[in-house]
Amino acid sequence: MADYREMWADLGMDLEKHDVLCEVLPEAFGGIYLAQQDRPKGMDFYDFVVSEIHGVRPAEMLQHQKEGGKVFGTFCVYVPDEVVFAAGGIAAGLCGGSQFWVSGGEKVLPANTCPLIKASVGARLDKTCPFFLIPDMYVAENTCDGKKKAWEILAGEVPMHIIDIPQMKRERDIDAFEAEIRDFIAIVEKVTGNKITAESLGEAIKLINNKRRALQRVYNARKASPVPISGKDALLVTQINFYDDPARAAQMANSLADELEQRIENGFGVFPDNAVRIMVSGTPMAIPNWKLHHIIESLGAAVVVEESCTGTRYFENLVDESASTLEEQIRALAERYMKTNCACFTPNSARVEDIIRLADEYKVDGIIDTNLQFCNLYSTESHLVKQSMNESNLPFMHIETDYSEQDFEQLRTRVEAFLEMLRK
Amino acid sequence: MIVMGIDIGSVAAKGYIISSGHHHRTIIPTGWSPREAGQTIIDQLLDASRIERDQVERIYVTGYGRVAFEQADKTITEIKCHARGIAELYPEVRTIIDIGGQDSKVIRIGEKGQVLDFAMNDKCAAGTGRFLQVMATALGLDVSELGDAEEPGEMQMISSMCTVFAESEIIGSLARGNPKGGIIAGLHQSVGKRVAAMARRMGIREQVAFTGGVAINPGVKRALEEELGTRIIVPEACQYTGALGAALLALENR
Repeated sequence: MADYREMWADLGMDLEKHDVLCEVLPEAFGGIYLAQQDRPKGMDFYDFVVSEIHGVRPAEMLQHQKEGGKVFGTFCVYVPDEVVFAAGGIAAGLCGGSQFWVSGGEKVLPANTCPLIKASVGARLDKTCPFFLIPDMYVAENTCDGKKKAWEILAGEVPMHIIDIPQMKRERDIDAFEAEIRDFIAIVEKVTGNKITAESLGEAIKLINNKRRALQRVYNARKASPVPISGKDALLVTQINFYDDPARAAQMANSLADELEQRIENGFGVFPDNAVRIMVSGTPMAIPNWKLHHIIESLGAAVVVEESCTGTRYFENLVDESASTLEEQIRALAERYMKTNCACFTPNSARVEDIIRLADEYKVDGIIDTNLQFCNLYSTESHLVKQSMNESNLPFMHIETDYSEQDFEQLRTRVEAFLEMLRK
Repeated sequence: MIVMGIDIGSVAAKGYIISSGHHHRTIIPTGWSPREAGQTIIDQLLDASRIERDQVERIYVTGYGRVAFEQADKTITEIKCHARGIAELYPEVRTIIDIGGQDSKVIRIGEKGQVLDFAMNDKCAAGTGRFLQVMATALGLDVSELGDAEEPGEMQMISSMCTVFAESEIIGSLARGNPKGGIIAGLHQSVGKRVAAMARRMGIREQVAFTGGVAINPGVKRALEEELGTRIIVPEACQYTGALGAALLALENR
């Protein structure tokens, strides 16, 4: 990695603690990622991003700020990035995915809080992640009780705007979300000092849609058998797309997709064509959480799709680009974002329909539904998902886990037994 | 054909050798090295059946120690091995409850012994052999003595599922002068309740078999029967079911 120590020191980071993280990540990444066979050339870019994970993109963000631009940190796929980019800002997903940050969060949060929230709060309070220290504002949301209250704690640290996500999907809920987008526009305009116009929002809509289209191409390639890219690699692409520059993200994902499409034409895959195909559904896997994918793929099965916020939920729906006035564009944004099916809504039967549809599109042999420990919403919903999968004759298993390594062996046994069932 | 099945569990390692209809079995404490335990099992089985190592066609290994054992021709999960073992012993069984040293499992099997569904405890020790071991120590007993020491008539309920809290609950109960036999009956009921809850989530189909080291304990069997309202079969060699299954799968080259 290039030398970023001065930049980190200027950000007020705890360098000593941060060094510990910098030491363990390359080893973990080497064992989990670089050891894979026949990886696409297009993954080189993402490997580079990981090797400079706390350097290259933070440096770009700081440069942007130096030039007068603003940076917004986000935590959820319901935050309309388009608004931020339309005002000349940068939006970056911040969710913490490492056990390293959990203890920092536990200093202020109850033990029965999910690891994603603990890690996110810990990364900020312990000052061990540049992404958490750079933003001029955090844009958060109330998708669960744990987050809702955690933001009140973080509000003492950094300016915070909360988007009120509806809990149901009636017409008046979509209207309410539209009003939230209007409020968000006003806030972003105030923070950046830039007015959002129909022209700038239209461009931002295309910018983010293009990133979604590129990710759709990568995922479409995973429908092929043999599958041309591992689930781990595809997950990494999505994870990095959460905070990378959207134009570059689209460009890199598109060139990766070119390569994958060529591989399909040549019948080339990274797993044999009789490999068991698994869908992972449930809660997001923030970088560097690769635990479950690594267990599954080390046992010879391929993860071919993620029904999650670090998967299809992130890019499946596009914003209508034909909207031309601000009025129409805001409505189009509200309609697009409210199509995303998260367990924070009730009822959420459309998510079950998504899983059944994806199982067919990606020709999956089994579904591993997973949630981060203490995610009450997804763990409760899992019962209904299981019921529907049983009715549809789709083999199903549910796993609750966290970022730690302590349940690794038991998870391996459970996943292996599930794969044995599917291979019979 | 001569084959071996080895089940390296967290507490005990078990082995089964099948050679032209004859079989031998052996069991030893796993100790700190699952690899050494596996090697000892192989040596003991070869000795007992007067066979050389190179006469053994295949060795299948299961149990938590399977990953560390290089001599395996194939590793298979305990879940599939218990299913195969029970299908051989009791073909009419449709649900297996397996309680070992560090985990408990409920396995639903089909007519041919194939695994249809399973549930397994997560990282917590509640409802496992480890739970009983800690409690036995608190009572000044060996875990093998629990089964015969219970007095269901004087049962003292243990309300805590957590191993750490249950231990202090027992110490408190002893301090109040409650009889050991009643406390032990309460412990068995606690394990029974925990595992039965997992079994009910998956749905119980008769007949039900109980395997693993904890199945030796008649108190836990009784508690499970009461909780589930069904009779439970315990194989005579309940600890060997996984090793037997592994040996049979090796024999069938599956």
